[in-house]
Amino acid sequence: MSAPRTLLDKVWDELEILKRDDGVSLLWGDRHLVHEGSHHAFAKLANRELKVAAPDLTFAIVDHYAPTQGRQKIENPQIAQMIDRLRNNAAQHGIRIFDLTDPQQGIVHVVGPEQGLTLPGLLINCGDSHTSTHGAFGALAFGIGATEVAHVLATQTIWQKKPPVIRIVVDGNLGPGVSAKDIALNWIAENGADGARGCAVEFAGSTIENLSMEGRMTLCNLSIEGGARFGMIAPDRVTFDYLKDRPFSPKGAEWEAATAHWSGLVSDEGAEFASVHHFSAERITPTVTWGTSPEQALPVDAMIPDPDALDTDKASAARKALQYMGLEPGRPLMGTPVDQVFIGSCTNGRIEDLRAAAAVLEGRKAKVPGLVSPGSTSVKTQAEEEGLDRVFRAAGLSWADSGCSMCVGMNGDLVGAQKRCASSTNRNFRGRQGRGARTHLMSPAMVAAAAVTGTISDVRPLLQDRAA
Amino acid sequence: MAGWTEHKGKAVVLAVSNIDTDQLIPARFMSASRDNGYGDFLLYDVRRDAEGELMPDFPLNTNADASILIAGRNFGSGSSREAAVYALVDAGFQVVVATSFGDIFLNNAVNNGLLPAILSEADFKKLTEVADNGSDIRIDLDSRSIITNGHEINFAIDESHRIKLINGWDDIDLTLALNQKIDEFKRSRKITATWTRPQAVI
Repeated sequence: MSAPRTLLDKVWDELEILKRDDGVSLLWGDRHLVHEGSHHAFAKLANRELKVAAPDLTFAIVDHYAPTQGRQKIENPQIAQMIDRLRNNAAQHGIRIFDLTDPQQGIVHVVGPEQGLTLPGLLINCGDSHTSTHGAFGALAFGIGATEVAHVLATQTIWQKKPPVIRIVVDGNLGPGVSAKDIALNWIAENGADGARGCAVEFAGSTIENLSMEGRMTLCNLSIEGGARFGMIAPDRVTFDYLKDRPFSPKGAEWEAATAHWSGLVSDEGAEFASVHHFSAERITPTVTWGTSPEQALPVDAMIPDPDALDTDKASAARKALQYMGLEPGRPLMGTPVDQVFIGSCTNGRIEDLRAAAAVLEGRKAKVPGLVSPGSTSVKTQAEEEGLDRVFRAAGLSWADSGCSMCVGMNGDLVGAQKRCASSTNRNFRGRQGRGARTHLMSPAMVAAAAVTGTISDVRPLLQDRAA
Repeated sequence: MAGWTEHKGKAVVLAVSNIDTDQLIPARFMSASRDNGYGDFLLYDVRRDAEGELMPDFPLNTNADASILIAGRNFGSGSSREAAVYALVDAGFQVVVATSFGDIFLNNAVNNGLLPAILSEADFKKLTEVADNGSDIRIDLDSRSIITNGHEINFAIDESHRIKLINGWDDIDLTLALNQKIDEFKRSRKITATWTRPQAVI
């Protein structure tokens, strides 16, 4: 009998073309997703007069620079040029593009799964670190830089060394107002933003099994913020139900063959992990970042940390972070006034996220301005069918088109200097949402709570009188 | 890309943790073509004041000729933007020394001839004790060592990365030479795992 294998082992074995003596493997790429930012890679290809090896496995999506308002006529010439470049490269190489006016357009990590391009057991690459999102389906998915994007374009393969796997086991029931975002922020706060560096992470346990695909995607999306190379979850009935009848999913007999195969993509009993960490869902509470790294996160009812009470390395980082964030140590995090809110991104821009935020906002007014940008145009359409857009608008928030938007600010959706933003995104880095912008990461429901109260707040009391 | 085994240069110390890629190059500069260089974008907002003027006391501004950056834990974490490496390389850097790096940054660095030299906490402390801004440092890829002021400190690097830096290998050329094996794999996957092909849009 062969040795027990992990989920990663099984997926890896199917993708490995060859392994060099130095332990680096050449892997076959089943899907390659490109966006406006992939222009450096296309330029590299052009310089060498190379063609795209597998245009049928390559998909282009306009997201990073996508205007979320007034996209019919783009005013900013730089943005128009970035989008045109992608259109030209896609046309030249015969690549299917999800363009601005396409009803299937959206953020690459929302569109891939929702179109059924993302499937268990596939290798999925994209020139974007949050490609880890697709691991929620049991795919091997990771972000790559421009040189590697050019390599995948030219060869449909990627060199990669198989990393050790850390298993994160979460068991128990999440409380009301607590979501996958809170699981992720808790894990990163505990293990550090580089805690899983050089490793793959497999999430398992009853809490993960009970998460929807949306929640699982949030978790795997944020695995990169914990330093992981890949985040993975074994596919199961929830995965299959999500994927069935998606536009690019297998159909008929192919579907039967696929699900039979996917059912085996689980870590075997006795498979070896580099380490195993256990979390209890009951102990996870709504969590908010206070600093400039996702590891600087605390339960919403905690006090802003005093750097003098921390280890030397963490103390100096905390001091700098608090200065940048304009926060005083020792005061409650709750009650900190925010200037604006943002709901969207590849982390938390899916239908379930919008529903969670709308459940808090329904019948209430936001005290601060805010932007809601659905993760895809399909999500936008569905939200409008459910009447969620009316809830956001009635609360006073702007309802916009889909794109990366204020998570990274490339399209001009920015947070002003020294302005504080409650954000459902993935990075609270300095200047991420705009120069001098102060970002607090939290779940969409928590962002909605911040909108309603105008301060960082615990969402749970706001949910007491309503079914979430 | 040219390979190299030895580099002599001056150090600059920026010993803070989590210098992420958003700090290394803010997103707004990433639509620029590489032709004019990315060096000016390096740590653009970190090294300038609110008026956009270079801060006179910021180490990078006072050590413009440095080619070896000594930085803190989790350097280059975050986005996969290779532009962060372009900014470092175009600003004249050939080596970054830190106790840990973001995974994607590691590959991006090596693909551009930039050495990410990894030190243990203890060795990092030792290095910052014997080297400061402006110190002359010699880096030897053969012996994996950092030599400065009569001290020698060994760094860690993935062996495949070290060989690649020394040879200046280009992955595309290496891979295209394996075309036959790739084709065989592609054909076999098409037959044995038909479901992996994207279905035609209906």
